[in-house]
Amino acid sequence: MTDATDMSTPGNPAKTRGSLHAQDARTKRRNAAETRFKAYGIAAIVIGLFFLVVLAVSIIRAGAPTFTRAVVDVEFTLTQPQLEAAESQLFKTKAYQDLFIAALQERLDARGIEAEFDATAIERLLGKIGGDLRAFYAENPEQVGQPVSFQLPASSRVDGYFKGRVSRETIQDSRFLMASDLDLVDALAEAGVIRNAFNWAFLTGADAGVDNPGGAGIGASVVGSFFMMLVVLVLSLPIGVAASIYLEEFAPKNRFTDLIEVNISNLAAVPSIVFGILGLAVFIQFMHLPQSAPLVGGLVLTLMTLPTIIISTRASLKAVPPSIRDAALGVGASKMQAVFHHVLPLAMPGILTGTIIGLAQALGETAPLLLIGMVGFVARGYPDGLMAGFTEPNSAMPAQIYTWAARADAGFYEKAWGGIIVLLAFLLTMNIIAIILRRRFERRW
Amino acid sequence: MPLFWLVLIVCAVAALGFVLGRQRALAAAGGDRRQLHSLPSYYGANAMLKAAVPAFLLMIVWLLVQPIVVANIVSGDIPQGAVADNASLGLVMAEVRRTASGLDSAVAQGLLTARQAAAPAADIGQITEALKEAGQIVTGEITAPVLQAAQSYRGLSATGNLAMAAAVIALALAGAAWGLAQSAPAFRARNVVESGIRALLIAAASIAILTTIGIVLSLVFNTIEFFRLYPAWDFFTGLNWAPSFSGRGGSSDLGVLPLLWGTFYISIVALAVAVPIGLFAAIYLSEYASPRVRSVAKPMLEVLAGIPTIVYGLFALLTVGPLLMRVFGDDGLGWMQAGTAVMTAGLVMGIMLIPFVSSLSDDIINAVPQAMRDGSYGLGATKSETIRQVVLPAALPGIVGAVLLAASRAIGETMIVVLGAGAAARLSLNPFDAMTTVTAKIVSQLTGDADFASPEALVAFALGMTLFVITLGLNVFALFIVRKYREQYE
Repeated sequence: MTDATDMSTPGNPAKTRGSLHAQDARTKRRNAAETRFKAYGIAAIVIGLFFLVVLAVSIIRAGAPTFTRAVVDVEFTLTQPQLEAAESQLFKTKAYQDLFIAALQERLDARGIEAEFDATAIERLLGKIGGDLRAFYAENPEQVGQPVSFQLPASSRVDGYFKGRVSRETIQDSRFLMASDLDLVDALAEAGVIRNAFNWAFLTGADAGVDNPGGAGIGASVVGSFFMMLVVLVLSLPIGVAASIYLEEFAPKNRFTDLIEVNISNLAAVPSIVFGILGLAVFIQFMHLPQSAPLVGGLVLTLMTLPTIIISTRASLKAVPPSIRDAALGVGASKMQAVFHHVLPLAMPGILTGTIIGLAQALGETAPLLLIGMVGFVARGYPDGLMAGFTEPNSAMPAQIYTWAARADAGFYEKAWGGIIVLLAFLLTMNIIAIILRRRFERRW
Repeated sequence: MPLFWLVLIVCAVAALGFVLGRQRALAAAGGDRRQLHSLPSYYGANAMLKAAVPAFLLMIVWLLVQPIVVANIVSGDIPQGAVADNASLGLVMAEVRRTASGLDSAVAQGLLTARQAAAPAADIGQITEALKEAGQIVTGEITAPVLQAAQSYRGLSATGNLAMAAAVIALALAGAAWGLAQSAPAFRARNVVESGIRALLIAAASIAILTTIGIVLSLVFNTIEFFRLYPAWDFFTGLNWAPSFSGRGGSSDLGVLPLLWGTFYISIVALAVAVPIGLFAAIYLSEYASPRVRSVAKPMLEVLAGIPTIVYGLFALLTVGPLLMRVFGDDGLGWMQAGTAVMTAGLVMGIMLIPFVSSLSDDIINAVPQAMRDGSYGLGATKSETIRQVVLPAALPGIVGAVLLAASRAIGETMIVVLGAGAAARLSLNPFDAMTTVTAKIVSQLTGDADFASPEALVAFALGMTLFVITLGLNVFALFIVRKYREQYE
């Protein structure tokens, strides 16, 4: 780096080379630049990982409360005379409610806790419980006279109070919850009557109306997603594998093959919303398939996933060494037999890994589902029957999350985060299966 | 579901064909398989393919064609007077279709008898009542022509379905019989089966082409329809985006420029976040990191690419937006009106794009031959000097390609902007303003109860066309650059 002529010029002390052990200014500068450059790299990675951590933390912090809810535990005995008395009255559910309140009062008194409440306060806390009680005893007449412990979900406001979404400072008296009710809630919590329990209803339930965030669950849309993934798997695995086998093993080098290859690499990069437009125009406008049906969603996602599966399948077919094919051909197998009997089974782990990753991608895709109508309605129940699962309108997990995020009530935001945790749990499981498959069966030739 | 049973029947015929074909060939050879040209199962496979493939093809074609034919016949029967002035024939046909499926479900639920549903002089009030009870959305009271059309629609569809079932089963049986008749020892079954399988493989590979054709056709036809209702010049040069909600055009301003501006602005913000971070991460991972750090950090970064975009959208709406509001909102600097803004969406999209930039650049930097680095070290350059002056210039075309691919992702990204960028289309330079993008408007124009014949809904296809052309151009260009670059060093 240093110029030889400069070195030989006397009277220029700055240019003379000092000890090899002491760095000169220029070397220091260069080394500093080196350190800085390396630090930029580390900083970039740290920032990237930091974003990942922030994302994970905010998902877990915001979504975890969804999985618990406040429930009221009451052991309640209804005797036969009480039942008959209640049934003989004009307002039957009111009578059941009064009996329940009496039982609750008794329980609090037994523990020596002073709490005053009336029927309307209980209604604000628990909703209309009389009807539930009556329905329970109508269905289980043999339980009359025996102690039954009820676990009743508290209203979403009370739930919010427990999770810190509603606080004493911000609460405004309304017909949903009064500030004075919170004293009662505290008293009940102290008595252990109200407690947090795991919210199975969120995992198993269906979507609720816009005014009932507490009752909304993700179960029905998990089923919708499941049917969609079934369609994607059944269509995209055989078609993708067949296409890859043709392109990798049989296709002659000609214009048609080139056209297919260019098409596949372009389709892999087409925005997903364009596939939604395709689905809307072809499957719904042209073929009149039912809107919002998992069948249509599955078809659209199949077209979207095919390029991914084809690309990964081709890679794993290419990884099988030619000696396998040559050996098969050498003992008299036809080309088709060599591929289907030898190459394909050896490539199978790679193909399955690619398929699972493609399915995971399809499972999280939202935009095309919006266009085929999987939002804007309330998926209230499970499909009844196998065929209905494909053709009846249903939601899918990402579409359900979007629906919740688009609603005004903040209670639904919590559900959306909870839904994301469920979705990510599925994706994580699928990816782990893919990794295990790869680790376990991958062969290095 | 008759279709389900039809599929099962064809499968059963095919399976039977396989078993019988195999047996017949073996029997013809007197039980000695050495007398056969091919392995016995190929004779079975021959009969199976001949039974199943043509039958399923016929079924698919029939299912596609039948509704069109039926709709044509029925719409020809609707009297002119039945189409109200403000409605199109398409709307009436939609009503007919709804009524027909309503009749089906009413019959299925036992609210109407099959005879009542098909009776020509049926009581309209009673039918409407039954339809409503069956959970079908019926607009007011159905009119007599619509009911009659729906009844003839049902009748024709039922006849068609019956004919289809008969034709498909007949074809399957005929195919199986043909395959069985061929099962003689001299028949070259393996060659026939293999060329059949080969044809199926080619058909599967052609689905990629069909998909592209489907995309292009569905975009082109609807875009042409849109430009018939709304001048193309106004669409491409309009500075104002204000669709009217009445649904019949007229007062709508549908200029694409504010949407394009929003799209590009958000993409630029996203790339400003993703490119430096992704590039430096790639440089560090490929040039500095020890194998252990690399094996941990690279997959961790790639997790960011595997997270569904709806998660990022929610993250933008509920976490990043409020966070930015606290700093730049009215309580802070006062630049921001609401949590949804260009900055919110751009930032989050940038996070999503980091792994795209880093993985692709990583590959490309790794492809630079080691000899070039060694030459530079030999001249006394430090590692960072080598990277900056030798490796990066050599990798530049590939990195540009990677950035272009990331840009095309950013332009086509939907969920983040739908949730994070706001809904107002405006031309503004302030990155803290809410803006909207092409993709977000496609979603908002096509969801809901839009009438597909109105310019307000059709504009979404023109937007989709714009998006498709832009991203396709970017992709082709980027892939071209990357491939060119690879060839240089291979």
